[in-house]
Amino acid sequence: MFSDFDFKVVLSSLPYVFGTGMVFTVTLTALAATGGIILGTLIAMMRLSGIAVLAWPAKIYVNFMRSLPLVLVIFWFYFLVPYIGQWLTGASRPISVGAFTSALVTFTLFEAAFFSEIMRAGIQSIPKGQTAAAQAIGLSYRQTMATVILPQAFRNMLPLLLTQTIVLFQDTSLVYVISLTDFMGAASKVAQRDGRLVEMYIFAALVYLVICLVASTLVRRLQRRVAIIR
Amino acid sequence: MHTSHQRRSRGSIGLLFGVSTLLAAGAAQAQDLTGTLAKIKETGAIVIGYRDASVPFSYLDGDQKPVGYAFEICNKVADAVKAHLKLSKLEVKLNPVTSATRIPLIANGTVDLECGSTTNNVDRQKQVSFTNTHFLTATRFVAKKSAKLDKIEDLKGKTVVSTSGTTNIRQINEANTARSLGLTILPAKDHAEAFLMVETGRAVAFVMDDVLLASLAAGSKEPGAYAISSEALSAPEPYGIMLRKDDEPFKKVVDAATAALYKSPEGAALYDKWFTKPIPPRGINLNLPMSEPMKKAFASPSDSADPAAY
Amino acid sequence: MNYNWNWRIFFEPSPEGTGTYLDMLLSGLGWTIATALCSWIIAFFLGSVIGVLRTLPSKTANAIGTSYVELFRNIPLLVQMFLWYSVMPEVVPTEWGNWLKQLPNASFYTAVICLGFFTASRVAEQVRAGIESLPRGQRMAGTALGLTTAQTYRYILLPIAYRVILPPMTSEFLNNMKNTSVALTIGLLELTARARSMQEFSSQVFEAFTAATVIYLLISLLVVTLAGRLETRVAVPGSR
Repeated sequence: MFSDFDFKVVLSSLPYVFGTGMVFTVTLTALAATGGIILGTLIAMMRLSGIAVLAWPAKIYVNFMRSLPLVLVIFWFYFLVPYIGQWLTGASRPISVGAFTSALVTFTLFEAAFFSEIMRAGIQSIPKGQTAAAQAIGLSYRQTMATVILPQAFRNMLPLLLTQTIVLFQDTSLVYVISLTDFMGAASKVAQRDGRLVEMYIFAALVYLVICLVASTLVRRLQRRVAIIR
Repeated sequence: MHTSHQRRSRGSIGLLFGVSTLLAAGAAQAQDLTGTLAKIKETGAIVIGYRDASVPFSYLDGDQKPVGYAFEICNKVADAVKAHLKLSKLEVKLNPVTSATRIPLIANGTVDLECGSTTNNVDRQKQVSFTNTHFLTATRFVAKKSAKLDKIEDLKGKTVVSTSGTTNIRQINEANTARSLGLTILPAKDHAEAFLMVETGRAVAFVMDDVLLASLAAGSKEPGAYAISSEALSAPEPYGIMLRKDDEPFKKVVDAATAALYKSPEGAALYDKWFTKPIPPRGINLNLPMSEPMKKAFASPSDSADPAAY
Repeated sequence: MNYNWNWRIFFEPSPEGTGTYLDMLLSGLGWTIATALCSWIIAFFLGSVIGVLRTLPSKTANAIGTSYVELFRNIPLLVQMFLWYSVMPEVVPTEWGNWLKQLPNASFYTAVICLGFFTASRVAEQVRAGIESLPRGQRMAGTALGLTTAQTYRYILLPIAYRVILPPMTSEFLNNMKNTSVALTIGLLELTARARSMQEFSSQVFEAFTAATVIYLLISLLVVTLAGRLETRVAVPGSR
């Protein structure tokens, strides 16, 4: 069945699918994960603040994002981000936003909803007594969060945050629907140009499988180390 | 500056409208640039939208770099814009578009010029504008020769594919209802994907502009295995480069640049380069010398959407 | 913002000639629901089997279960769609491949199979977690009563485990529903695909996507409400 499996197609596509595609995928994943975790932490703090005007918008945002398919959100933002930019900067016309920036904004905002749920659980996992103790020694809310609660929450939740980042890494392949050249996009462009779907798609699947397997194994190891400290 | 003026005095809109039109007309000076021209001047960049597989108009060559007939026209337009704005440097940014994303991306300011194979029609003119026509083509379908499909009636009850967001998928949908063909119509993301569905047998025919079908078949693994239908679903329709709607100053510059190019020998040479000579990536020759209506469209450039105008 | 809003677009006829744009979106909703339900059936049963395999004492069973989960969780869903749709018909014998390609609604069957197998890996993890969360005494009690392993699972472990994992299963169900939109890449005309074609035909981007967004929100709300009711009805007595 693999009689006419053409390895040369895969070989000659390597500089393109890795040099252009994988670089895009990894950069997008790293930046969106960083942005998503920061934004997600802020959202989690809003939800746990006990102040209704902060907690409610945060809750609505999270539930809203989690109810929508990512594909739909990608389409939405690809068309909407320039208008949001116009609105934010008060410019007279939509801001021209590159495809990469648009994808970055989409994934940051979308994944923030998921990261915020993890961080919320993380903050709640710290015993209330610690907050009380911090306040008793005269720390402000900001100091309590920054020096006592959040560092521990991050540490406890690190495995989950990284697992979610692996999910994000896989999800970035969906930029295919707007024709961007991520790893999968690059592979499919070569596949379609050369009519070599079988080779390129199997190759892409293997690359994702190896990267994600290695990453999740490392995360599991880390989990064990973090668990002992706790 | 006249916008704030307009906002303040609501009473005499008619008069003000007249005044501001006069102002806009007299505003050839750099300070008073509006819309796309102002944006290009401010950012020092123009964004060109290109297609993945609109051979030979706008597509990726062997190194995955955009090339093509329409793509070159856009680069000439960019040069003209640069000269018009007296810029010493103009960066040309590239953004991929698909049939489905091209109109929203023009409208939302991501892309300034869309260089591809976009049919100029009245419906689309509600959202975008077009410059002078650069090609004329009719809707037909391509199928494997072995399937022996030539007329639209032959497709009855079969599965066909077309590219989503095109006028062609709309026409085949309309024909499907009007002639009760009982077709299953699959939408594909781009032309390469659609052609591949015929190649792999997922669909029996691909409904598209005939020039694109000819190019895709010529570039395929077995060019001899495909036949294009003799019956067409539409009269030859004009292709135009898209720009934002209601941006007269920019359109004027683009119209002037394309008209000058098409009328000059350079225009004919550009046409010959992509339609009668070997083109990348595989050096195929489409052998499509300029038709009479096409010669007319170049001699007196027009941005009309009406097929009868050509 | 230079955009021509037109909310009446939903009641204008679509170029497909079979009704209005609203009808077009509703037909998309129909495919979304059909795909979500059919694939969930596969995911539920296959996922339960895989999940149980991972809790059995047998090393082989464990290895099979673990390999399945790792394989299907570590390849992006989009890539899996392409493998089922574009690669599978090419690597099976030619006649089978041609038969597969000529099936009417091929993208629907492909999407159901693909999502079923994909979601099964996630269901398996929930089922395993559910079974492992039960006190070990339950399993021992089954053995003490003289039940076989199969009987212990059938009558003791699974009925409680399913009730324990109802909330995460609800979100897996919703994830599966949302994931049906990935099938637009293989030509399934589900809700997101329909919103996209409506945008292309009418050029009314924001109206089309707003409608799809509202529909997805309503489905989520409905599912969450129903699951909440189910949860109170089947709650393990004394667990809350």
